[in-house]
Amino acid sequence: MQTNQLLLIFCSALLLLGLLAFFAGRSKATRLRSAGTAMFAQPDQYAWFTVLSTAGPAVVVSALGAFVLLLMGADIPTLYLLAASLVIAAIGLLVSLNQVKPDFHARQAIERVIRMTLAGAALISILTTFGILISIISEALRFFQMHSFWEFITGTTWNPGASFLASAGRGDGSGAEFGSVPLFAGTFMITAIAMLVAVPIGLLSAIYMSEFAPRKVRTVAKPVLEVLAGIPTVVYGFFAAITVAPIIVNIAGFLGLDASYNNALAPGIVMGIMIIPFISSLSDDVINSVPDSMRQGSLALGMTKGETIRDVVVPAAMPGIISASLLGMSRAMGETMIVVMAAGMRPNLTANPLEDMTTVTVRIVAALTGDQEFESAETLSAFALGLVLFVITLALNLVSVLMIRRFREKYRVNNL
Amino acid sequence: MSHSFDEISQQLKRRHRKSTRLKWITMGSLGLAGLFLVLFFADMLSKGLPAFQQAYIQTEISYTQEAETDGRRAFDEELLPLISRTAVRTIPLELRNNPDMIGTSKAEWVLANSDVDQYLKGHRHRLSDEEQEALDARVESGQVDLRFNTTFFGSGDSKIAENAGILSAVVGTIMTMIVTLAISFPIGVMTAIYLEEFAPDNRLTQIIEININNLAAIPSILFGLLGLAIFINFFGVPRSSPLVGGMTLALMTLPVIIISTRTALRSVPESIRHAGFGVGCSRWQVVRDHVLPLAMPGIMTGSIIGLAQAMGETAPLIIVGMVAFIPDVGVSFTNAATVMPAQIFTWAGEPEQAFVEKTAGGILVLLTILISLNAFAVVMRKKFERRW
Amino acid sequence: MNSHATVMNGQQTPAVGQPYTRNEAACHDLSFRVRDLNLWYGKNQALKNLNIDLFQKNVTALIGPSGCGKSTFLRCLNRMNDLIPSVRTEGLVEMDGLDVNAPKMDEVALRRRVGMVFQKPNPFPKSIFENIAYAPRMHDLVSRKAEQEELVEKALRDAGLWNEVKDKLHEPGTSLSGGQQQRLCIARAIAVQPDVILMDEPTSALDPISTATIEDLMDKLKEKFTIITVTHNMQQAARVADYTAFFHLGEIIEYNDTKVMFSTPAQKKTEDYISGRYG
Repeated sequence: MQTNQLLLIFCSALLLLGLLAFFAGRSKATRLRSAGTAMFAQPDQYAWFTVLSTAGPAVVVSALGAFVLLLMGADIPTLYLLAASLVIAAIGLLVSLNQVKPDFHARQAIERVIRMTLAGAALISILTTFGILISIISEALRFFQMHSFWEFITGTTWNPGASFLASAGRGDGSGAEFGSVPLFAGTFMITAIAMLVAVPIGLLSAIYMSEFAPRKVRTVAKPVLEVLAGIPTVVYGFFAAITVAPIIVNIAGFLGLDASYNNALAPGIVMGIMIIPFISSLSDDVINSVPDSMRQGSLALGMTKGETIRDVVVPAAMPGIISASLLGMSRAMGETMIVVMAAGMRPNLTANPLEDMTTVTVRIVAALTGDQEFESAETLSAFALGLVLFVITLALNLVSVLMIRRFREKYRVNNL
Repeated sequence: MSHSFDEISQQLKRRHRKSTRLKWITMGSLGLAGLFLVLFFADMLSKGLPAFQQAYIQTEISYTQEAETDGRRAFDEELLPLISRTAVRTIPLELRNNPDMIGTSKAEWVLANSDVDQYLKGHRHRLSDEEQEALDARVESGQVDLRFNTTFFGSGDSKIAENAGILSAVVGTIMTMIVTLAISFPIGVMTAIYLEEFAPDNRLTQIIEININNLAAIPSILFGLLGLAIFINFFGVPRSSPLVGGMTLALMTLPVIIISTRTALRSVPESIRHAGFGVGCSRWQVVRDHVLPLAMPGIMTGSIIGLAQAMGETAPLIIVGMVAFIPDVGVSFTNAATVMPAQIFTWAGEPEQAFVEKTAGGILVLLTILISLNAFAVVMRKKFERRW
Repeated sequence: MNSHATVMNGQQTPAVGQPYTRNEAACHDLSFRVRDLNLWYGKNQALKNLNIDLFQKNVTALIGPSGCGKSTFLRCLNRMNDLIPSVRTEGLVEMDGLDVNAPKMDEVALRRRVGMVFQKPNPFPKSIFENIAYAPRMHDLVSRKAEQEELVEKALRDAGLWNEVKDKLHEPGTSLSGGQQQRLCIARAIAVQPDVILMDEPTSALDPISTATIEDLMDKLKEKFTIITVTHNMQQAARVADYTAFFHLGEIIEYNDTKVMFSTPAQKKTEDYISGRYG
């Protein structure tokens, strides 16, 4: 028999058993109640309890079985597994029907199950993090068995070229070099350009919105700016590659400079534009939560509005502003599509933003979209790069959270 | 010791100027950000709007005997470099299905090739001088026309620019989003309910909270690595399928839904819960019957925003292989599919000029959907917003 | 109003803006002249036809139940009400013979001469030194480091804080205790060398010992500055003020020599308030 058909039969059998449980449970409870016994719960609650105890264990058993089947490749025939589950369901039904007694707290039992289900859902987020960590670390470890960690961290040549030959059994792959320094240099360069665009514009816009702008301008400007954050990155990538890069090449040519069409400036600037709302929005919130007493204290000393902002409000909001910038930075470092589409593929250790250079995320995509064996060093190198990226962005996020917490405690604001 | 107003005002002039300057600089920054936005949309519109039109040429198709084996014979020799290969390719099939047509001829509008299309729209093209002349003559006599591009909205991807459409990507996006929502919505809402209404304030709860905030800030490409290593390599979920893409995106959307649901739950005042407890409801009954219904608009708004975010995501999908070439529209969770952003990415990589327009057109479609979703969320929030 | 009608306790109705009884020990050079001052928050009138002459180098206390407009009035004197968009004022507030609300009056210049200390201490998130040196430096009162140090020491000595903080001038101002922070704010206001210092319930957030210190301080400071203080605490007014004005529902009910006001008030309402019948 087909697995699909088997599954269908199993599901309908379970459904039938569940229905049976519901009505049997309810009728027994109703009967008991109409006999005049005081009961702890409503008949429906008993009914649901019987359903839960019929279907619950059965589903759990079959899911566990399927898991074992899939992972261990254990040889349990599906038919037996499902049959066993159904037997368990039947046992559950009988036991629970027996439990339908006046002094049984059916509602509490149900709510315990609900509570556990909710807690189980909450654990998924932890599992996800672990999943990311485990998947990246285990593959990265395999990579570091092939190539030294030290060479990866300090090497200045990234040339995975010959490694696929090694995995195909030809050559020994000795020509491949995995020095990630040029990739990180590219990432940092583009991130730096993005921050040079985003931090001043974002911060100054936030200052305007929170300190100078009339209420109306503010209510319009904030959501409009946030549109910038909602534009998909692939769209920004296209914009950077098709529109911004040629403009930069033209301007550079006009100035007598030589710029590559894959220069670092275009993705950097566009990434900066993308990050503006992250910085402006959070900075705006932070500046707004600087207590008004600070501003009044300064104004009462005969300071102008500008001096108050520059010397009192902005310094007070500084932890929040730094926090926003760090968040923006972590986003820029992990950003993929813009650089994949607009930055170069060539690992290039240079300080000239007009040259093409590649980034960590570009190489991760390149390594995983080629026709490589999964086992090849180049594919696995993506996970090593991903690991470093994970560590860096995690550190940036944690520092950012700490900074904002310090700000929050200092001024006792709760809305951040 | 003290100064008169006049003396002070004199010194203040310079400082006031500085203050005003700061105002203008900050205003300029906001203006600059706005200008970026305007330029961006202007650029996308100017590049993408032409994609919604497509060149057609009116010609006499003569269904001769030879055309049954070689579609080119059905057309005027001079026209062949101008019309689409797809128009030629369908002729033999058409004749085989309707043998009666052989020997007849009829005037019809046929799809022009992308070079004609680009030439008419004033873009870079590869037509020779003679071809341009022939075309110009037909334009004069009204035999060439730009019409609404049904192909773009009605068909899947193609290597032939004039035949490429976005429909398969739209369907792929819908399938992927169904998976994403089906996973992230229940889990996200349940997590939020647990954390907000049930969780004891212990170490584990704190870890979960910190972890959720962190998850929201992890670069999306790392979710792709997870999808590849765990879903595809470990569990054997089919590569490139809406299932694996949707599962990967679900993990990314989870924190958005959890955070917005918690905010919505928190905005339901404690007095509602106390009222529920007061009439003898259990905690779960209070949540189910009183808190959740009141928080629902907020939860929906957050979920829509999370959905819009997931819809524009590309990087993790590339890693799990959802950049496949999908010419046919297929409704399946386990077959290879592509999504709109991935389609845009693929087209952006095509060297042909006509694909630039397709890319920008695809972007306009995607942006329209995303902006409508967000606008819908905003309107919903406004409509159901409640002040306690 | 009959300008010479007898009111209570044998006192005469004074000329417009003048106190019922003059405190002969106090200075009577004019600091502020206020005539027919009205103020609205949106549609609500908060101040009604205020007339008062405030004298230099005195402590004048403004008392009254909450919401009576005393703080609002105080904030008219250095135009801090400008910061609230819905506020509208009419009438005359004159300093040095100039209308402070006149269009050509620079409110920044005004605030430079009329300093203010707030209810809750609000030191800047800077070091103690910078909290004080910042404003004078911006006003070009001092420039060289040595001058700044001298000024900071002087201001801190005047505020009676020097001995407590001289060893930690570069620690943040927020690290001090509440009472110290408030004295730091006073030192900050003094350092700008204003003519007037407005104090808006400066001790309401402080413990009794800090309160006593600040009251002593006010007594010393009035030699150099005009001090106008709002207080909830009638004993405080009685202790520190030369003149006291009693506000009720946006009006000045009685403006009098403090001692006379607390022993033999001229108005029935004042007596009721002082004897604790409301407020």
